[in-house]
Amino acid sequence: MMDPRANAFKENAAKALANETLQSALSIAKPRFVDKRHKAKERLPEFDSLRDVARDIKNHTLAHLDLYLEAYEAKVKAQGGHVHWAATAEEGRRIILDLCRRFGARTVTKGKSMISEEIDLNEALERAGIAPVETDLGEYIVQLRGERPSHIIAPAVHLTKTEIESDFRRVHAHLPKARNLSEITAIVGEAREVLREKYAQADVGITGANYLVAETGTSIIVTNEGNGDLTQILPRAHIVLASIEKLVPTLEDVSTILRVLARSATGQEFSAYTTLSTGPRRKDDPDGPSEYHVVMLDNGRSRMLGTEFQDMLRCIRCGACMNHCPVYLSVGGHAYGWVYPGPMGAVLTPSLIGIEQSALLPNASTFCGRCEEVCPMRIPLPKMMRHWREREFSRHLAPATQRYGLKLWAFFATRPLLYRWASTIAHRALRLMAAGQGRMAFLPLAGAWTKHRDFPAPERKTFQEMWKEKRK
Amino acid sequence: MSARDEVLAQVRRSLSVTGDEPSRRGAVAERLERHPRNLVPRRGEGDHAHRVRLFAEMARAVSATIEELADPAEIPAAVQNYLRSRNLPQELRHGADPLIAALPWSEGAPSLERRKGRADMRDETSLSHAFAGVAETGTLILTSGPDNPTTLNFLPENHIVILFADDIAGNYEDVWDRLRRMNGSNLPRTVNMITGPSRTGDIEQTIELGAHGPRRLHIMIVDRRAD
Repeated sequence: MMDPRANAFKENAAKALANETLQSALSIAKPRFVDKRHKAKERLPEFDSLRDVARDIKNHTLAHLDLYLEAYEAKVKAQGGHVHWAATAEEGRRIILDLCRRFGARTVTKGKSMISEEIDLNEALERAGIAPVETDLGEYIVQLRGERPSHIIAPAVHLTKTEIESDFRRVHAHLPKARNLSEITAIVGEAREVLREKYAQADVGITGANYLVAETGTSIIVTNEGNGDLTQILPRAHIVLASIEKLVPTLEDVSTILRVLARSATGQEFSAYTTLSTGPRRKDDPDGPSEYHVVMLDNGRSRMLGTEFQDMLRCIRCGACMNHCPVYLSVGGHAYGWVYPGPMGAVLTPSLIGIEQSALLPNASTFCGRCEEVCPMRIPLPKMMRHWREREFSRHLAPATQRYGLKLWAFFATRPLLYRWASTIAHRALRLMAAGQGRMAFLPLAGAWTKHRDFPAPERKTFQEMWKEKRK
Repeated sequence: MSARDEVLAQVRRSLSVTGDEPSRRGAVAERLERHPRNLVPRRGEGDHAHRVRLFAEMARAVSATIEELADPAEIPAAVQNYLRSRNLPQELRHGADPLIAALPWSEGAPSLERRKGRADMRDETSLSHAFAGVAETGTLILTSGPDNPTTLNFLPENHIVILFADDIAGNYEDVWDRLRRMNGSNLPRTVNMITGPSRTGDIEQTIELGAHGPRRLHIMIVDRRAD
């Protein structure tokens, strides 16, 4: 498993805040993310009701997951496909390596798959002498840089076109030096040409799955570029890497969820390509893969069922939570230190790799609640982050200063007279320091906090003073 | 214990179920059998003219181009004109679709060179016959097979699609019902839902057309001949 650096969140975040390229890239992205989703939501009057329905569909599916998994598997087999089960990341890698060897694969094209990142598939393929080629433009760019995606649907959101141009010049050394790559159009065109050759060479195509439909035994991918389609229809074998919570019962159910996916993710009415794949090439088909294999990965998800984290399994990986998160939009995805960033990562990462490895992530939040507000599947992300904080605290994973701070606070809070006296003094002192500005750019003992944001000045009166006045 | 049994057993332990409960089995069997519709947006509701209008509007909004034809016999000349107006070679790849085969090619497009079968990397333009259209998002539905091979939808830079006006449904659910009437719950190997030409927003969230699939998507909405 990719070495999680989630416990280094503080150091990572400090570096990210000082990284000018990253800050400039994030400032380009932020208004676009928010504005596009808002407009898409406004255009569809039923949008919020569809979110309720989508939530209910997934809740029903998860409550019957064992049975839907069996129904799905039976249908895939009936259509000539194969289902391989992997309880762990290690098993998932082994199954895929075995299949690639069986098909004599030397080059493997890949559609975008976060699960592939989760199980470190590319490293495993490379070690086995098989060249994995990411074909989603953003994934291709981060692969060239030896990086990981910093966003689940916009992998290269941390970069500006200037960096990408120099990466292309470095890696595509066979192309003329004098070519113009200053425009995005030229960069996209060059990637298209280079990747066309890779599609032609590939022996196996590996894609993820946005959904698996039990009714028809179908895997579904959603893309805008069409890269996932070229990945899966040109090579001899198509391997689908999916996890157990991708199941939905019927085509009607997946239609409902698709209606909230693109609108939440990119603000599109519908993504350019939604592709339903069922089994291998049929008798008369002139194209399509002759082999169709689904790798069904658990990797810790089944243990989330029946716990306070079950709701997280409704997640459809749209990215809306990170697109609206003040923390994510300040530090970017790499600061989170593992595969899944942002609020969904802050909840999912501890579930998958353990809270010991990621205790800081549930704290990487201002608890503003925007993530839950925009989540198409209505996942109560802040509530689940609080659950993790409670566990973190009870297992003594919280830093000592925090534990002492809370003890100190408890000392005052259980002595009302003392508390009132102390809080009145602190209140006046803070107001004096803010000097009528409403906020302060520096706060003694909290320099690290105020370095990248202002501390709000307190209101004119304390809560207790206002409460008293109200009661009069 | 196999990985399969291990995963299913863990799912059941976590859910505190055995998998044998008649009520749970009944609920799943019924949902798969009846596949009830959920809330469907009202946008696609309306008569034939509304659906055609909405489809065209939604498809144009995602940079597809639309041409309306009163008779399938007009298709060959329209294809020739399209290629000429974009300065494209008079070459076309298409599958074994009987409708396409029966069109008056030699009269309408005498200089057009047609190749049959799946697409390859050299094809610049392809022609497909869509199974259906969906008005609510301007989405084309294409199904794989010898008539309209899937490679036609992705390899060439220019994709021309014939869509009969009376194949335009209001919503996705109507199309699934049509597919089920043909094959029950057995879908074709690939069902492509295509909404506009290929695009990417991966560099600075700026939309750029023609990332891997077609740069241009031209949809001919055709009235069926009244014979």
